[in-house]
Amino acid sequence: MDRPIDVELVDVTKVFDNGVVAVDRVSLQIYQGEFFSLLGPSGCGKTTTLRMIAGFEHPTSGEVRIEGRPMGQTPPFRRNVNTVFQNYALFPHMTVFENVAFGLKMKRVPRDEIAHRVREALQLVRLSGFEERYPRQLSGGQQQRVALARALVNRPRVLLLDEPLGALDLKLRKEMQLELKHLQMTVGITFIYVTHDQEEALTMSDRIAVMNAGRVLQVGSPVEIYERPASRFVADFIGETNFLVGQVDEIDGETATVLLSGGRRLRVPIDRPLAARSEVTVAVRPEKMRILPVEAPGANGVLTGRVEEVIYIGTDTFYVVRIDDATTVRVRSQNDRNRLDSEQQLPVGTAVSLSWAPDAARVLVD
Amino acid sequence: MAIVEQVRPSERGAGWLQRLSDAVRQRESLRALLLAGPGGLWLLVFFLLPITIVFAYSFARRGPYGAVDWSFTLENYVRFFDWLYIRVFLVSVWLALLTTVICLVIGYPFAFVIARSPRRWRNALLVLVLVPFWTNFLVRTYAIMLLLRADGLINNALQWLGIIERPLTMLFTPFAVVLGLVYGYLPFMILPIYASIEKFDFTLVEAAQDLGANTWHVFWNVLLPLTLPGVLAGSILVFIPSVGAFVTPDLLGGGKVVMIANLINQQFLTVRHWPFGSAISFVLMAIVLAATMLYFRLGETRRI
Repeated sequence: MDRPIDVELVDVTKVFDNGVVAVDRVSLQIYQGEFFSLLGPSGCGKTTTLRMIAGFEHPTSGEVRIEGRPMGQTPPFRRNVNTVFQNYALFPHMTVFENVAFGLKMKRVPRDEIAHRVREALQLVRLSGFEERYPRQLSGGQQQRVALARALVNRPRVLLLDEPLGALDLKLRKEMQLELKHLQMTVGITFIYVTHDQEEALTMSDRIAVMNAGRVLQVGSPVEIYERPASRFVADFIGETNFLVGQVDEIDGETATVLLSGGRRLRVPIDRPLAARSEVTVAVRPEKMRILPVEAPGANGVLTGRVEEVIYIGTDTFYVVRIDDATTVRVRSQNDRNRLDSEQQLPVGTAVSLSWAPDAARVLVD
Repeated sequence: MAIVEQVRPSERGAGWLQRLSDAVRQRESLRALLLAGPGGLWLLVFFLLPITIVFAYSFARRGPYGAVDWSFTLENYVRFFDWLYIRVFLVSVWLALLTTVICLVIGYPFAFVIARSPRRWRNALLVLVLVPFWTNFLVRTYAIMLLLRADGLINNALQWLGIIERPLTMLFTPFAVVLGLVYGYLPFMILPIYASIEKFDFTLVEAAQDLGANTWHVFWNVLLPLTLPGVLAGSILVFIPSVGAFVTPDLLGGGKVVMIANLINQQFLTVRHWPFGSAISFVLMAIVLAATMLYFRLGETRRI
């Protein structure tokens, strides 16, 4: 990519006073105008990373650059970034107008320009007419939008968002996800978004960095992250995955034969060199597996097993299939036909054959 | 018949108790009366009644030999507007204001440091603030006298260091009085401010910094307005006892700095003009009431 880089982290490490390594040698390049997500479980270092970009924390080693300039010890109020906080952090003693105007007031923007820009920002987040309200008179979603307007009104180079939708209920969260994405496209500002919700990250992001235990495990587009997870952790954290543990038996060009712990063999494509006899995990997403009764025509699957559980969730049906004494897999089968007659639903105990497209399986080393 | 008669008394007893407890349970007002009754009675007997008597005195005349002559007059209140007494009033308010401001300037940063210190240290620091209360106030005031005397510790030290040649006059000056008042009432400023800073959400500081506010702007625009209730409470708690202080100006002012309470004391015990003393007491109460109302008004306009 030749796009200019807005934020760059070079080998950034943060060790807290108590010795906890919150961020461990993280390097990232975030491009201008990008919707970039830091995704990971709580305690993975994503918020600390964001706080170092904002200037609330300073790296123990390494460097944060914004627009190419090393930030060093630059305090937050001298950085061209703004933050939307997890709990919004609206000033309770100020009206909506005063909250949004705060940043401009600090920059000594002329009074009538403040009024104009605040009005514009409130319009952008669809809160016109709420100027004289106080934060506690607003709903959670409205407070969220004030926080957005308060940050955006400053026209920052980069907007940092720390789990901004965490406090909203599911339905509102879904709405706000789309709204945020649209907003980001409208204003064209780089968004760096921290979340632990993989679905949220997939929905909104141009690129995602998956973090765990202070390290960045993988950076890529939502499709790359989902379809080509680089590690077992990523595959497990993003969506649902069946893991089949085994050993590399034979390598033939770009295909490896894996001897599963249950004694069966699987042929899977590989995209990097593997040593024979090495321990690997084969990952297959539940929705990529096809399930058919063994006696059905064309049922020449790679695995066979017996249906142990059937979970109907409306759009889909989950089958838990036991393939050997130690292993069960989950298969997600789309209910694309009316199954009121339950004819198509496989009953518990059915002997089934599982198959998938060759490139649906992925070999993971760790 | 005999059985019925035997049962009746206990039944009646139970019924009486039952009726009372039912009444208490059902009637909010009765319950409130029972809860507030003891305290109310106490205030009635030991506060409202005496203050009514004092109020009545303030409209009476001084009889011969300091007795109270029960004839209605306003002359006590008129007399207060003599420059002699107005001056005492102005000095009292001025010294009390000075004390309040100094307590605020010293107390706010102190409370801030306590509220921001690690949780396990906070209680220890708060106890340190309260330690002076373990010693009698009079003893502590005498101790200050010893420090400030011409041949006291401070003068001796300054002379020994060669900073001054002759002892400074510190005792029996307004300076000594304010020093004593600040010393005595500083904890009343620190504690409420501490409480409001402790409740303050410090992510708001980060939010303000993020929006371009430097340290001063953060303090002035965010921290101070949101801890104002504590500042106001502390100011009231310091101002009221300061303006009516008696022991401190008596001992540290040594009769040279006269505050309202000293004037009242003089009128009652030395001059034996109880009606005038009563009138001054009521003027003092009016000042305190006005100041309190002003503070609350200030707090209301700034609060949401």
